[in-house]
Amino acid sequence: MSKQQTVPMIFNHVRDISWPSLNQLLTATVLPIIGIVIFLGLWSLMAKNIDTSLGTFPGPAAVWQQTIVLVEEHNTQMDKASKFYDRQEQRNAARLAKDPNYKSKIRNFTGAPTFFEQIWTSLYTVMVGFIVASLLAIPLGILCGLSKNAYTAINPLIQLFKPVSPLAWLPLVTMVVSAVYVSSDPMFSKSFITSAVTVSLCCLWPTLINTAVGVSSIDKDLINVSKVLRLNGLSHVITIVLPSSIPAIFTGLRLSLGIGWMVLIAAEMLAQNPGLGKFVWDEFQNGSSESLARIMVAVLTIGVIGFGLDRLMLALQRKFSWDKSAVLR
Amino acid sequence: MNNLKLLSSLKLAVKSLRVGVISTILSGSVIATCVSAQELGWPEKEELKFGFIKLTDMAPLAVAYEKGYFEEEGLYVTLEAQANWKVLLDRVIDGQLDGAHMLAGQPIGATIGYGTKADIITAFSMDLNGNAITVSNDIWKEMKKHVPHEDGKPVHPISADSLKPVVDDFKSKGKAFKMGMVFPVSTHNYELRYWLAAGGIHPGFYAPHKGDTSGQIDADALLSVTPPPQMPSTMEAGTIHGYCVGEPWNQQAVFKGIGVPVVTDYEIWKNNPEKVFGVSKGWAEKYPNTHIRVVKAMIRAAMWLDENNNANRPEAVKILAKSQYVGADYEVIANSMTGTFEYEKGDKRDVPDFNVFFRYNATYPFYSDAIWYLTQMRRWGQISEPKPDSWYKDIAKQVYRPDIYAQAAKALIAEGKAKAVDFPEFVTETGFKPAQTHFIDNIVYDGSQPNAYLEKFAIGLKNDSKI
Repeated sequence: MSKQQTVPMIFNHVRDISWPSLNQLLTATVLPIIGIVIFLGLWSLMAKNIDTSLGTFPGPAAVWQQTIVLVEEHNTQMDKASKFYDRQEQRNAARLAKDPNYKSKIRNFTGAPTFFEQIWTSLYTVMVGFIVASLLAIPLGILCGLSKNAYTAINPLIQLFKPVSPLAWLPLVTMVVSAVYVSSDPMFSKSFITSAVTVSLCCLWPTLINTAVGVSSIDKDLINVSKVLRLNGLSHVITIVLPSSIPAIFTGLRLSLGIGWMVLIAAEMLAQNPGLGKFVWDEFQNGSSESLARIMVAVLTIGVIGFGLDRLMLALQRKFSWDKSAVLR
Repeated sequence: MNNLKLLSSLKLAVKSLRVGVISTILSGSVIATCVSAQELGWPEKEELKFGFIKLTDMAPLAVAYEKGYFEEEGLYVTLEAQANWKVLLDRVIDGQLDGAHMLAGQPIGATIGYGTKADIITAFSMDLNGNAITVSNDIWKEMKKHVPHEDGKPVHPISADSLKPVVDDFKSKGKAFKMGMVFPVSTHNYELRYWLAAGGIHPGFYAPHKGDTSGQIDADALLSVTPPPQMPSTMEAGTIHGYCVGEPWNQQAVFKGIGVPVVTDYEIWKNNPEKVFGVSKGWAEKYPNTHIRVVKAMIRAAMWLDENNNANRPEAVKILAKSQYVGADYEVIANSMTGTFEYEKGDKRDVPDFNVFFRYNATYPFYSDAIWYLTQMRRWGQISEPKPDSWYKDIAKQVYRPDIYAQAAKALIAEGKAKAVDFPEFVTETGFKPAQTHFIDNIVYDGSQPNAYLEKFAIGLKNDSKI
């Protein structure tokens, strides 16, 4: 390739990159801001006029104030925790002096979890439930997509269980987990297992169905190529099936994660398992004059995290999908 | 000479006597410390999780935690709010919780197999009084017409006589008069029934042998279960017309302007036992030292709560108002915890003993208290068969464990953290309070004669009567 040819080629590429026009930039940033401002205005207007038995409905200012309070509570709790560990070390030392056989150990802080620790618990739980569900759903979906018979056998079950609400599963899951998961020093708490299993049960289906559809609609040419090359089963799946059904699988995963997040909050609320759902329920039960504002903080946090999880899946989908031309939103 | 000899020998004798006395005192105290050290070994289990329901009478747990009393016993305790009394009991039975703030009737009910059958014991009574009966604004408007007034204010205690016309009116219109209580074996259920029946309103029988556990047979007022924190919102929604519950949920109704507390349980039965700290029997046998240490920490907390004429109560309210404990507003909790009680909005009266945590031997597990609950279970049919007096005593002794309490109290006295006068005389205490007279219907209760006591009620099962 000569130099004369290369230079125009680069320029061609540069020309191909379409710079967003000023107009587009405005629409992309200003319109959402206008939307949010109108929402905040309407919210504070409406809030003033809703009188509940716990006082007026919290407006944006009250919610912001409670956000700060929650951060402060987190900080004081962290201070308490560090003092707790200091005291514990002293106590362990004192006991060792009296009782040399004592095997001292450092126990975790016994205080109540703060709002931010609850967020972390929820995120962790939903991720575990989601990953377990995906590990089950993707292989099963591939099987259903590849074999018409397997699909016909499993389809009625999918249709039967797909519409079941998490709240219906929960009592069963709780009882089964407490009966089956017995150990003297459990690695995970029962409440965590219950929540994670409930999430798994509910976010199994979108991934399963989308994977099956994606696999069954692979381009016939690709399948023929595989036949010509006489690929064995495993390499057929790895080199042909998986890459070509990635967009469909990711669509399923995104739906699943969204459902999982919604299910988890409901499950935590009902089963009193630690997490954001429990935070909301506890505040509702407290019935203090600040409860509604604190619940509102949790509602917005749940929304922001749900949005964040969706964007994360979208970014992953963009990275892994071969079909860069597909419009993803 | 002889005299001198005698004198010197006398001196010697006195000396040796003195030495002897001192040495016996010394050795005695050494033995005593040895014994107490032997009795109270290190805790077998150090990490504990206790459950509670969001009510102000969980205060001894919160105080023992926040003031470091648990830690001083070498215990690392996590406190966890539970959704309702059933969940709490189930979790103590299956071991998810090491112990819990329980209704006094729960260990008894579990032991005799009403509801879930399990061996639950208690060595620590958490408080006296602390409940009230609240009715909705509409009911109060009707009731108030029948309540005697003095200086424009209703005369307390208000008996259910004034509610009877309202209930009769409901009946004649074919409408159901519904009230909420917190659990079938709760203090609140028995107090509400006691108050209603004293006013001639039949609260209904249970018939577990026929599979009927609704407790609404022959009832004029239909009682049903609602978890304490949901009481105000359930009444606001019109599902129930009134309720009996612990604090702060009666004061909450006043603050929200949705109802009026009409009578406190202090007025129904002065200084009635309310909550206990329950553990499963298996747990207590496996971890005896831990159990004694827990009771020690909770006795200290109860002492702190009642110290210097309730001087620490405002600080306690501040602790309870935290969202992980009761979580209601400071003013709502303070209303009852600091020795006052607000009936109608603005009608705030002094009830210094509304919440008692330590004085009057509040923490000691009296057999007669357990037997009172058993009599009420029999009265309303939860115990469907007649039982001899001896049965009542046997059950009380199975469930209530003053022996464990005494070990904890003696350890505290030995450590100088408590005074012996603050406790009952452990050697002579029989566990039966003398006949108690302070009931709203003036019926006398003698715990040693449960069957004779049941005879005295106009409404309720007695002798061989059966549903």
